[in-house]
Amino acid sequence: MTENFLAARINVREQPDEWRRFGERYGVQWTPTIVILDPSGTERHRIEGFLPADDFLAQLALGLAHSAFARQQFGEAERRFREVVERFPGSDAAPEALYWAGVARYKATNDPSALEQTAQAFAQRYQDSSWAKKASVWRKPPQTSGVEGRPRA
Amino acid sequence: MAIAWRRDVDAVLSEAKAQGRNVLLDFSAAPT
Repeated sequence: MTENFLAARINVREQPDEWRRFGERYGVQWTPTIVILDPSGTERHRIEGFLPADDFLAQLALGLAHSAFARQQFGEAERRFREVVERFPGSDAAPEALYWAGVARYKATNDPSALEQTAQAFAQRYQDSSWAKKASVWRKPPQTSGVEGRPRA
Repeated sequence: MAIAWRRDVDAVLSEAKAQGRNVLLDFSAAPT
């Protein structure tokens, strides 16, 4: 994954000038903070505080996916979002990635079934996540026959 | 996973722009 990034580190104790300049530019309030920038230098994702290795890697992958999405590279974004779910299913990043994978597919195809399928996927996993709540609006309303439940005369 | 961290932030940002690559920018207080 690291081949997708160039990496720079600012030590706030040893590089006070860089810390002031870039810390202010990106609104950094705490360490450790990692900001993921797209090639133009625009922030696309942020990791604040320590994370275990797998969660950290999941957040990096999520950042790559968000960067592709923001540049309207929706096919790449969907692939990267789904990779987060597949490789790091137990991470906090996974439900967010599942949500955005559906959005990326919708953006790429303009097919609303991409959103409905995402809502259905949340019925199977990550039901308690905030992302499942956000996706719930995409659920297709249940079909009714028009007979059942009709009041009797 | 080994990450090749650099300190020359301006150069990294310039290279990223030229190469179309993303950047990890880490703000750390850990002793080196």
